[in-house]
Amino acid sequence: MKLTAEERKMYEGKRGKAAQTAMEILVALGEIYGAKNMVPVSSVQVSGVSYHNLGDAGLEFLEEQAKDGKVRVLTTLNPAGMDLDDWKKLGISDDFAQKQLTVISAFAKMGITVSCTCTPYLVGNLPRFNDHIAWGESSAVTFANSVLGARTNREGGPSALAAALTGKTPAYGLHLDENRQAQLHVQVKAKLNSTSDFSALGWALGKKFGNKIPLMTGIKHATIDELKSLSAALPTYGGPSLFHIKGITPNRTKKPKETATITEDDIKEAYKALNEESDIVDFVAIGCPHASINEIKKIASLLEGRHVKAEFWIATARQTKELADRAGYSKIIEASGAKIACDTCMAVAPLKGRFRVMAIDSAKGCYYARGSNGFKTKFGTLEQCIDAAVTGKWNPK
Amino acid sequence: MEHPINCRKISPGVASGEALVSKDPVSFYGGVDPNSGVVVEKGHCLEGKCISGKVLVFPQGKGSTVGSYTLYRLKKNGVAPAAIINQETETVVAVGAIISKIPMVDKLEGDAYSKIRDGMHIEVDATNAKVKF
Repeated sequence: MKLTAEERKMYEGKRGKAAQTAMEILVALGEIYGAKNMVPVSSVQVSGVSYHNLGDAGLEFLEEQAKDGKVRVLTTLNPAGMDLDDWKKLGISDDFAQKQLTVISAFAKMGITVSCTCTPYLVGNLPRFNDHIAWGESSAVTFANSVLGARTNREGGPSALAAALTGKTPAYGLHLDENRQAQLHVQVKAKLNSTSDFSALGWALGKKFGNKIPLMTGIKHATIDELKSLSAALPTYGGPSLFHIKGITPNRTKKPKETATITEDDIKEAYKALNEESDIVDFVAIGCPHASINEIKKIASLLEGRHVKAEFWIATARQTKELADRAGYSKIIEASGAKIACDTCMAVAPLKGRFRVMAIDSAKGCYYARGSNGFKTKFGTLEQCIDAAVTGKWNPK
Repeated sequence: MEHPINCRKISPGVASGEALVSKDPVSFYGGVDPNSGVVVEKGHCLEGKCISGKVLVFPQGKGSTVGSYTLYRLKKNGVAPAAIINQETETVVAVGAIISKIPMVDKLEGDAYSKIRDGMHIEVDATNAKVKF
């Protein structure tokens, strides 16, 4: 790989140990994937934040990097394993909390903004069209590539951190024009009316067409919240980290010759596959990816004057909660017995064994609930999930 | 083979030891006990064997990116492999070896990879991209 003089200084250790380790990681990745050079990145999103996933090994590595490592570009953080200010309300143990706070201190020491959200683009880390970035968190990666038109591969924790400490990433994969072209023309012949419908679409695309980059036609309208849901489901179920929708997403692409369709039946199949046998629901989680202020407004209006029977978490970024506090939404939500969980979510908090059946409007959420936590899942619209929280039961529609 | 074999450097360093060969890919996260270095993955061809101090030879890694941190933990616990040789590596193991300072190479010249057998003494000079056995 061709390195600039400054990149070489980092590689040779003249810019400190952390920058050297970081550059070694980037050069190795670049060589494995055949990159010719590095590109500067305008921002980084670091994943691998929950102590539940990192363990002591990850913590030790982060503390080692924090000895002399400093970020060179705007760097934000994925959700942690708990609400950093109010973990007790979520039933998190003090032991876990202490470890998690140590992890956060190491990140903060390196100059990382402790945003703890999977939607950095909603809270101040908003790349522009054609920006090279190095992001972890597959939903944010897919949103940035597809909806914003920025360019990033799907980074793991260490490689995203390496990009932050050097301001560089190797130029391969989705950084290059030739790898961003659509590979399959998908005619969408299903009506999509909710975040859960778009989530089901992501499931269906991944299951049917694997990691082929789709150019979708036939979708007339999609909100930012719906595109956020699609961006989460698609890579979780084997899909690519980039999609195109004619008339909606900004990247230019040629129309591929190969065509396929998504029908109402494909969407129904997603709902069927993500709903398991059970009448009761004891946990409801909304906010995968983190809920926007518009979603919280809707939740507040649906919950007003009602009381929840199931444990109900609404996961969001702390800034969004501040807006919800001011608008009075938080008061309505908390009066119902539901909890607004900042900095964390159901996928990364240590929840194994705490609940039996979880309801959610996110196909990605179902994947983690089943795999990591051993819950049964119910998948439906936001309205269905809120009814489940209130009644403790699942009412199919 | 007395002559050094050319290969590709992934993680620098020099080390030698006895070869432990796996025909299966290795997932360090969940597949290897970080405290003992023993392979615990059910049905894996190395199940029950200890990788500590060995020149670990396997086709490539698999599984979660957290596996990079597991290699780091093995190293901190003093039970990491002395060096790693892959047929053709992927990111999880490559990044793990780099952050753990474990010498690692892949893409051995010719058919040298397939000639490595359990128990052979192997010298890995990753810095200069050479292997001798």
